[in-house]
Amino acid sequence: MPLKIIVTVKQVPDTHNVSGDAMKPDGTVNRAALPAIFNPEDLNALEEALRIKDTLGGTVTAVTMGPPGASEVLRECLYRGADDVVLLSDRRFAGADTLATSYTLACAIRKLGDFDLILCGRQAIDGDTAQVGPQIAEKLGINQFTSVSEVIDVSTDHITVRRTIESGFEILRSGLPVLLTITSDANEPRPPSAKRAMAYKRIGRQACQGDFDEAYIQPGVCGPLDFIREWNADSIGADPQRCGLSGSPTKVKKVQNVVLTASDSRKVPNTDADIAKLIHDLIEENILG
Amino acid sequence: MSNFFRDNPDILFHMEHLDFSRIVELKEDGFADRDRFPEAPTDLEDAVDNYRRVLDIVGDIAGGYVAPRAEQVDRTGARFADGVVTYAPGTREALERLRQAEVMGFTLPRRYGGLNMPKTVYSIAIEMISRADASLMNIFGLQEIADTINKFGSEEQKQRYLPRFCEGSVMGSMALTEPDAGSDLQSVRLRSHQDEDGIWHLNGVKRFITNGCADISLVMARSEEGTTGGRGISLFIYERDEHMRIRRIEEKLGIHGSPTCELQFDDAPAELLGRRKMGLVKYTMSLMNGARLGVAAQAVGIAEAACREATRYARDRTQFKKPIHQFAAVYEMLTCMQVDIEAARTLLYETSRIVDIKEGLEEKAERHPESARDIAGAVKRYTKLAGVLTPMVKAYASEVANRICYDAIQVHAGVGFTCDFPVERLYRDVRITNIYEGTTQLQVVAAIGTVLGGGISELLSAYEEEYDFSPVSERFAQAEQLRRDLEAAVSAVKQAGDPAFQEYHSRRIVETAIDAVTGYRLCIDALYSERKRKVAALFLARAVHRCRTRLEIILSGDRNCMDFHPEIIAGFPE
Repeated sequence: MPLKIIVTVKQVPDTHNVSGDAMKPDGTVNRAALPAIFNPEDLNALEEALRIKDTLGGTVTAVTMGPPGASEVLRECLYRGADDVVLLSDRRFAGADTLATSYTLACAIRKLGDFDLILCGRQAIDGDTAQVGPQIAEKLGINQFTSVSEVIDVSTDHITVRRTIESGFEILRSGLPVLLTITSDANEPRPPSAKRAMAYKRIGRQACQGDFDEAYIQPGVCGPLDFIREWNADSIGADPQRCGLSGSPTKVKKVQNVVLTASDSRKVPNTDADIAKLIHDLIEENILG
Repeated sequence: MSNFFRDNPDILFHMEHLDFSRIVELKEDGFADRDRFPEAPTDLEDAVDNYRRVLDIVGDIAGGYVAPRAEQVDRTGARFADGVVTYAPGTREALERLRQAEVMGFTLPRRYGGLNMPKTVYSIAIEMISRADASLMNIFGLQEIADTINKFGSEEQKQRYLPRFCEGSVMGSMALTEPDAGSDLQSVRLRSHQDEDGIWHLNGVKRFITNGCADISLVMARSEEGTTGGRGISLFIYERDEHMRIRRIEEKLGIHGSPTCELQFDDAPAELLGRRKMGLVKYTMSLMNGARLGVAAQAVGIAEAACREATRYARDRTQFKKPIHQFAAVYEMLTCMQVDIEAARTLLYETSRIVDIKEGLEEKAERHPESARDIAGAVKRYTKLAGVLTPMVKAYASEVANRICYDAIQVHAGVGFTCDFPVERLYRDVRITNIYEGTTQLQVVAAIGTVLGGGISELLSAYEEEYDFSPVSERFAQAEQLRRDLEAAVSAVKQAGDPAFQEYHSRRIVETAIDAVTGYRLCIDALYSERKRKVAALFLARAVHRCRTRLEIILSGDRNCMDFHPEIIAGFPE
């Protein structure tokens, strides 16, 4: 039986080029000030999904939440081989923290129906929280393996992975469905296909309120897709109070671009007084707190 | 990670100003593919946008994936053991990447799985790949082989071979050269004969075969027993089996990633491509001309890499308390390098455009026989132009690229001579470009007939009709001077009426023709950009003197070298 694989992807500001106005007064990221790119580890998640599909057959559906412009990452997914893409876009989704994001994504995934695997990038380079994947698994009540650096074996009912942990790794096995968060070590994402890039370059969005049409994609058949489906809070049955800024308890106080310049180490004597001073200094410098 | 398409302002300039309208019209034939293939364009703008997207993908692979592996590929090289050739790991990985991007059937029709890209776009792609790793071009750039099957094969052959090339599941090679048939391909000895069942078999040796380990080779063989000339030769499609043994691969100065094989055919079964006896005179000439354009693009790519290395080094290196690029001796070298690259590039793209129109017209005549008569004149004209410009750009690009790599080491000085900087690799890699697919000396032979016949003057007149050069009148006056010098040189050798005199001066004449066409093209580029006016000024200032000097040598009736060389060359037989 072919697998149904869902990949969550995100368009992120390129944090390698952070400028002074990277944060808006309300503490959210000023996306307009930075070039938008495909979150790097989400590309690794997409690649892993496509490899599993190449081996076992099935469909890969990419889902993203973001403004209409975020459909560009969905096009990138189509260029690389995704079968279907969904854009979750609604003013009510704006300003979401990880709790609200995972809620919205979980609602959309439920809407997509049965699935075997959910693959997420380990973390996004804008927030670096690594929380959205685990929270989706929790909300859907399924197993999760985080920081997966290798899919060792996968069949239609089991998966075995290598998971990176501090100073080592562990090998884990689970039945399906399961959610994985993938690290950049797992693979080298494939390039876009020239043919698919030409075929899908102009694919537009279309708002869909109705139920998911199972016949919309045929497993194992590559497109051509007519449009990117766009869902809002109503179409995925989400409670608007739990979405976006209103569903987000996290409040960002300040974003700073910290450049570490110190090159040599400082030796702290092993006494209570010196350690207390060190902790005090770290709090003063906003490193701890 | 750099993208070799986006980071190259000159390629972007040409993509902005190249007139693709005629090419697209011929290549897309009423945009008939749009109903069958989702990737097919619907109009001119859509087609050009597709070209940009494909180049963006190739540029990203070249800059981000191929270039970082080039040094390792050079060090490891292709290996040979127990009759088996193995690519360097970096070569294999790069090929897999290009296969994933579905760019291995670059110019082939969509119905066989290809991208149906014009040669002009393919030249840009080859240039970017070569800038990243010159040796990879010898595999990526061999799509000419599949293209030859597409041009001359039967429909059944096309269906059997072309989809595999497009998928990237097979690679190609062209097996022409033999130990005693290098420049003189008419003397090939590898024999082919037909058995009772009509199956052809190949027997003999081929040497210096780039990528000879490929799955599918086009092999030139003597099919007509008892013949000695070019008319006794046919071209065969050979699919690798146990009847062909690789005897060795060459140890070479450069392009280490590209295996150069010696092949022994022992009764190897093969199939005829096209018609008997047309192997050399028609098919191989077409194959070689495509490959020559590819080598010109390869040379421009290597030169681009060398120029960038030299420029970066000259900015970083400080001597006498200032960066060395501030010294006239250095910035003059860097400026000349850049101008020569842009000159070679504009000639390359113009040649590619003319080849595209020529091939497009030929295909049109085949597809719509009712139009064949109307376009016969245009086919003839573009065939002549493609036939003269291809060897000219091959000669010019490969010679200037050699000089650029030489100067790039000079800018680096001592460290450029070490293996710590990539310029030494570029210097070694570029050296083959003015040798293979015909040496520069042979390109002169290929071009001289049309140059003497006035073909270049016709082309320049066409430019004069098409463009208004008044905004760049000062530059254009210099370009016209090159034209006058060319015409004076041509009439001088014709008047002499001595074939030996003509042969002796032919390189000077072809070089002047190259300068004239390039000078006109740079004036055309200058119509679109202030910067290009300066490029044209720099190029023309030197070209005017070069051409004048050559003309004076010819007008002086110089025969010294012809007359004195037996006494001057030591040990030369009397």
